[in-house]
Amino acid sequence: MLIDFFLHLKASKLPVSTKEFLVLLEALQQHVVEHSLDDFYVLSRATLIKDETQFDKFDRAFGEYFKGVEALPGMDVLIPEDWLRDAMKKHLTDVERAKLEKYGWDKLMETLKERLAEQTERHAGGNKWIGTGGTSPFGHGGTHPEGIRFGGESEHRSAVKVWAKREFRNLDDNVELGTRNIKIALRRLRHFARQGAAEELDLDGTIAGTARNAGWLDLRMRPERHNAVKVLLFLDVGGSMDDHIRVCEELFSACRSEFKHLEYYYFHNFVYEWAWQDNTRRHTERILMLDLLHKYGNDYKLILVGDATMSPYEIAQPGGSIEYNNREAGAVWLRRLTESWPHAIWLNPEPEHFWQYRQSISMVHELMGGRMFPLTLDGLERGMRLLSK
Amino acid sequence: MRFEGSENYVATRDLTLAVNAAVTLQRPLLIKGEPGTGKTMLAEEVAGALGLPLFQWHIKSTTKAQQGLYEYDAVSRLRDSQLGEAKVADIANYIVKGVLWEAFNCETPSVVLIDEIDKADIEFPNDLLRELDRMEFYVYETRELVRARHRPLLFITSNNEKELPDAFLRRCFFHYIKFPDKETMVKIVDVHFPGLKKNLLREALEVFFELREIPGLKKKPSTSELLDWLKLLLAEDIPPEALRSQDQKITVPPLHGALLKNEQDVHLFERLIFMARQNR
Ligand SMILES: Nc1ncnc2c1ncn2[C@@H]1O[C@H](COP(=O)(O)OP(=O)(O)O)[C@@H](O)[C@H]1O
Ligand SMILES: [Mg+2]
Repeated sequence: MLIDFFLHLKASKLPVSTKEFLVLLEALQQHVVEHSLDDFYVLSRATLIKDETQFDKFDRAFGEYFKGVEALPGMDVLIPEDWLRDAMKKHLTDVERAKLEKYGWDKLMETLKERLAEQTERHAGGNKWIGTGGTSPFGHGGTHPEGIRFGGESEHRSAVKVWAKREFRNLDDNVELGTRNIKIALRRLRHFARQGAAEELDLDGTIAGTARNAGWLDLRMRPERHNAVKVLLFLDVGGSMDDHIRVCEELFSACRSEFKHLEYYYFHNFVYEWAWQDNTRRHTERILMLDLLHKYGNDYKLILVGDATMSPYEIAQPGGSIEYNNREAGAVWLRRLTESWPHAIWLNPEPEHFWQYRQSISMVHELMGGRMFPLTLDGLERGMRLLSK
Repeated sequence: MRFEGSENYVATRDLTLAVNAAVTLQRPLLIKGEPGTGKTMLAEEVAGALGLPLFQWHIKSTTKAQQGLYEYDAVSRLRDSQLGEAKVADIANYIVKGVLWEAFNCETPSVVLIDEIDKADIEFPNDLLRELDRMEFYVYETRELVRARHRPLLFITSNNEKELPDAFLRRCFFHYIKFPDKETMVKIVDVHFPGLKKNLLREALEVFFELREIPGLKKKPSTSELLDWLKLLLAEDIPPEALRSQDQKITVPPLHGALLKNEQDVHLFERLIFMARQNR
């Protein structure tokens, strides 16, 4: 059954490896924890998950998996699989058996729960036929990972389980960027900025190497601390997402010194023939997009930030802009931008699961060739990884 | 061998469990958490509680993996050769043992702390994988194989400044020390100030946790700052009433400089208090 647990974690997209799973089994075998599900939770987390931003996901997966088990009335065992197969024969109808094939384990647990509720009434000592005398396979022979005994009265009575408290929710890297996680975001951005650095002379290394060589010069090189990344940032201002976009802007300017060049431009809703650099004077001091296209070489990385939420006309039709009468459609302009700066991504503060419901977002997503990422730590990281390829 | 916490150190149940998993399976334990959550102290306390010698390796941005094994002091050798010293002939005179070598040499099992591993270069953990797996390394200069007499218990701490490589992580147990909740904090304070007056502690913790909630602080006060502040409050004999005045007026807590060490944070805090008063 622990195999199922492991597969359940895997199916929940947690980065668990077989090696670590084997360590978990070893730890159980060596009785690092005894029969407590709470302890098993801590141990399995310490063994399988090495990143606190994944804890919340783990808590959810753990909760889902063990929900069925806990809810079984008066029972504190994980049912051994062979017993289960037996029980299935005895207690499930053909229809239900077919269901099992279709729905798998969780559904089966639900059904069994109902069965068991009836059973405990009819059978004296309903636990006997469930518990198989407290199957603790590591106690007897230690080969059969299925059916380790968990539980104990106090635990089952305790109101809220640790994993159900979701204490690590705010460490999850899928929440939006804000002051709380901005430091981590900064670090990841810096990491990105430092990539692709040129080599420079490593003076200490050279001296040590030369001494080692008894005086023959031994030149050593190392990656330059400073970076070579150039970034063009296009920010959508004047909409409902202003706060998020400001966070993003602050984020980039906070590590301005890390980039070789970092240039900002603003647009409203979508990109057309004009952009501006000073948001307060956007009507007076506009810059021709064509000039920008010529000014910055194709080694610049293009990052557009906006919610891409607007009427589809604003993207697809000439004259669709709400700002001025554009001669060419926005889509034409975006294509021009991504052709000039092929390393391009779009960061979107709207939650990723909304995207599919907004026509304009889908359109932009497609125009960007799928390179749209949510404005979360995780999204930022995925975007940066793509940009540094 | 089992760790059950110690007199000086409050270990939550999940932390002791993680420690014991590492002790039992002889695998490294990686500890993360905000600064001041007792990561460094943990290794010291576990070593103390289990009666094992502790070898500490504090990592800096320039630390290289090799330095934990040994260093060949080529510069001294070059200098000695200029001076015509006799010992120059034997290269072994210029091999300087690192922390891991010392631990491998130890007669008894030991505890090794690699503190703040994330300070080092991103390749640092990878460079140590083989040595930590096999608990041996080769000294090329003297053609000698150094092998651990006993597998040391390895603690590694990280402040999360860099991500660690997957291959490295898979070999460790991992525990993230959460910032202590109030209940745990009371226990921690009790370890440091047994017999602190209940109401002073209550008021002080109230102020402390409220302060941590202020959005935009550059550095939230940590456990060590709380302890320092309490020490000052006691030294100055500040009564609990002074921490929260009776007439509901908002006050700046006395000696708050011990809690907020960053100048900008102090300004932010004072400004907030000022604004709160204006709004009354
Ligand atoms: N659980 C604890 N029990 C007792 N004291 C603690 C605990 N956690 C933190 N402290 C106090 O806080 C100080 C800082 O801890 P330290 O180990 O240096 O933190 P970190 O290495 O996580 O930055 C310790 O010296 C100790 O006084
Ligand atoms: Mg420390």
